[in-house]
Amino acid sequence: MSLISTSRVKSPWLIHFDCGSCNGCDIEVLACLTPVYDIERFGIINVGNPKHADILVVTGTVNHRNKKALKNVYDQMPEPKVVVAIGACGTTGGIFRDAYNVVGGVDQIIPVDVYVSGCAAKPESIIDGVVIALGKLAEKGKKVDQGIFERLEKTQSAIKAR
Amino acid sequence: MSTVDVIAVIAAVLLSPLIGGLVTGLDRKVTARLQGRYGPPILQPFYDVFKLFGKERMVVNYWQIFCAYMYLAANILTVVLLALQSDLLLIFFVLAVGGVFLVIGALAAESPYSQIGAQRELIQMLTYEPLIILVFVGIYLETGSFKISQIISSYHQPLLISLPLLFVVLGYAFVIKLRKSPFDLSSSHHGHQELVKGVMTEYSGPYLGVIEISHWYETVFILGLCALFWHTNYLWMAVLIVVTYFGEVLVDNITARLTWRWMLPHAWTGGLLMSFANYFWIYAKLK
Repeated sequence: MSLISTSRVKSPWLIHFDCGSCNGCDIEVLACLTPVYDIERFGIINVGNPKHADILVVTGTVNHRNKKALKNVYDQMPEPKVVVAIGACGTTGGIFRDAYNVVGGVDQIIPVDVYVSGCAAKPESIIDGVVIALGKLAEKGKKVDQGIFERLEKTQSAIKAR
Repeated sequence: MSTVDVIAVIAAVLLSPLIGGLVTGLDRKVTARLQGRYGPPILQPFYDVFKLFGKERMVVNYWQIFCAYMYLAANILTVVLLALQSDLLLIFFVLAVGGVFLVIGALAAESPYSQIGAQRELIQMLTYEPLIILVFVGIYLETGSFKISQIISSYHQPLLISLPLLFVVLGYAFVIKLRKSPFDLSSSHHGHQELVKGVMTEYSGPYLGVIEISHWYETVFILGLCALFWHTNYLWMAVLIVVTYFGEVLVDNITARLTWRWMLPHAWTGGLLMSFANYFWIYAKLK
């Protein structure tokens, strides 16, 4: 069992989802894949498929259209999974918070584990946030091994329980 | 079935995933170094597979589970048959059946990514299978037998010397089979961005881990077939395997992805021309 727990931390697969971002944070997330920062040396791969992913990296304020897509992507990920909200927009909605179409932050829709602030967030902060998320992934992995799954219907209680 | 055979089969089944995983890890490390990065540790594929086995089981269609395990069984069987030094044509048919199960598993899910990935995988199979058959026929024409045990015992010269163009054709077929650029049409190995993951999009968790292990067996099988071309000397066999696999990784990094409309005619034309040139040379030598 400890083999699987160490492997969860050593092989986290990422999916990046853009919920209406200006693309500044997206570019910084993708910059992490380039040879300058190279997150593949930690075993992190940017898979484009929620079915293959452990970490959901969300940029952008969520708006009333793509909140359904965000919930859909979150639902498709198998447990254990963590969510990282990137940038001022992802964490709270940023300066766009009071706009009519903006929901205002990723944690209004799905439970978020790590908040990475910045506008745009630096690649170093993003990598730092992902590494903190790995610790939370290991804890959730232990719960999955015992058969405890969190489902989105229990999102509100899950947010309160964190 | 002598004890040597039993030991060979057990070694093939147990050691192949370890060797295949290490070769895959080296593949990623060499690719990263060629791209100017550090790259993951060499044991990374093992971490990936163990992590996948620890994920929740989510299936789109129950046929996927059956097809994933059948693909694994077919690949294990090809490695076992290679270890038993059995008939090349039998090995080829088992390989073909395994590939068909992977395609059926992808067709069982209704997402456009896996549907188009399955059709592209069928076209890739259509492209490389005739090339592999031509290589096996060339081996038969040169050595007089399809059985590996007879080839090894009766033919005392490296096959590479008399069948060099057929080795190039085999290398070409393996670029398509291993889904390396320029022919990573049905699923891109490193980039994860051709049709998302093409044939393997709708698999997740433990079933993706099973498919990954099948790919390790497939890698060992491919290296084993390349090793057949210099069966007389273990050192040169190792050199041939290393050079061939490094060539595949290099081609993967140098080229961009092409379309099936390029792959099918060019692979067939080039493969047929080189095969017939080699056949002609075999007959010219015999006369």
